[in-house]
Amino acid sequence: MAEREYAYFSGCSLEGTASEYDASVRAVLKELNVRFREPDDWSCCGSTPAHTVDHVFAAALAARNLRLIEKIGLDTVIAPCPACMTAFKKAQHSMTESEIFKNKVNELLDEPYNCGVESKSALQVLFEDVGLDAIAERVTHALPGLKVAPYYGCILNRPPEIAKFDDPENPISMDKVLMAAGVEVTNFAFKLECCGAAFGVAKREMVNQLTYKVLSMALDSGANCIAVACPLCQQNLDLRQEQVNKTMGSNLNIPILYFTQILGLVYGLPPREIGIDKLVVSADDIVYSRITVEEMRKRAELEAQAKAKKPEKKIAKEEVKTEENE
Amino acid sequence: MDSINLSNKTDWSFIEEVAEKSGQNPSLCYQCGNCTAGCPYSHFFDYPVSQIMRLLQAGQKDTILSSKAIWLCATCETCTTRCPCEIDVAHIMDTLRIIARRENRVSEKDIKTFYDAFLSSVKQFGRLYEVGTLLTYNLKSGNIMTDADLGPKVMSHNKIHFFPRSIKGKDQVAKIYERYQDKAKKHG
Repeated sequence: MAEREYAYFSGCSLEGTASEYDASVRAVLKELNVRFREPDDWSCCGSTPAHTVDHVFAAALAARNLRLIEKIGLDTVIAPCPACMTAFKKAQHSMTESEIFKNKVNELLDEPYNCGVESKSALQVLFEDVGLDAIAERVTHALPGLKVAPYYGCILNRPPEIAKFDDPENPISMDKVLMAAGVEVTNFAFKLECCGAAFGVAKREMVNQLTYKVLSMALDSGANCIAVACPLCQQNLDLRQEQVNKTMGSNLNIPILYFTQILGLVYGLPPREIGIDKLVVSADDIVYSRITVEEMRKRAELEAQAKAKKPEKKIAKEEVKTEENE
Repeated sequence: MDSINLSNKTDWSFIEEVAEKSGQNPSLCYQCGNCTAGCPYSHFFDYPVSQIMRLLQAGQKDTILSSKAIWLCATCETCTTRCPCEIDVAHIMDTLRIIARRENRVSEKDIKTFYDAFLSSVKQFGRLYEVGTLLTYNLKSGNIMTDADLGPKVMSHNKIHFFPRSIKGKDQVAKIYERYQDKAKKHG
């Protein structure tokens, strides 16, 4: 990995309500020796609101940033936020497919974009470029008792023509990354179901209802934590969890961590460095449960010994029972 | 759905406009309903997405542009991913929303108000100013207490900036808006 250098585009959310995503992605990339540089003076990607106005306008807001990346001589950008990533991938796709579209976009920009930048999510870079072996190698800690529902959200790998990553119906990249890090994952049927996206402000109750389904399905899968890769999913599931409880009459209390925060924990990073304190539903219990891999091994050995002894006891009990019956 | 007299109520130019702007062929849809079955918002739509597609084939411009469905679609891309005819359904919904916006026929005013607050924040500062966007939305929509309950949560977790951070190139970003608006005025 050392020789390759990426661009890193944090985006507006990661500067504000999702600053813990930014902190944890940076920390994990550093741990995995992924080198990156940030374009100077980047602007908003346009996100959802821009494409309700016009597709050329939306692509131009995205392409201004891609041009900045091109200018610093980099050809691949890591965009941890799926809204930024999709805006970039869509602009890139439409501009390479059609010369007319490309010209229309460039007419709106100060400097034309030459379509030389590929965009990837942080998950895609970890899964495809860093690889599971390297992810596993760095693990120093374990989180016993943690059962994670990996939640991809809707646009990380969809539509397939644009995302070109993982399976559009049953993605497994986050499952595999977490498993490689020694974390137990559940079989989560709602891993792609929409959380309510950007409607939280204007249509709160609708979002609460959708989010409720995602949260309850995660619990049903046996999870006690949800891993996310999107600031909007995180906000709807975590910051709005109390609203969900009020709207739905539920009593949910399930921590929502960015998958990079979970990696940070098993890499032994200090919780504050990866913004665990920024989560609204507390993840302190997960932090307290953290032990070293060495301790985990000892614990497993003791359990194995205890198990080896158990069968004798069982037999003894059964004998007593049969005597009683007679 | 109501019965429709197709011989005099089909707006052919509307079908052409949507086909041209979206780059999709709506007549490929054979109403299998896969999009509606997968759509997380079907429950909230006045017309499920497959009915919007059928209304589009029948050129029912007024019904479509005044529907709530086109604004409640979150572009989650489930329909596009699952369409057996490979129609980019989400892109058609997006195109319909754009046309409704242009013709000033917005059925879900609050959603548009939020999008506009977001975009004007980006035009002003170059990046999204989260607090400002919410306050603008609350004032313009008249729902002044929206998400007031979240205030203490984001403040106690130190998750927000109270003041906007402008970028150096904010004029370049504002110019994108201006050039786009000039072109839209010229070409309609």
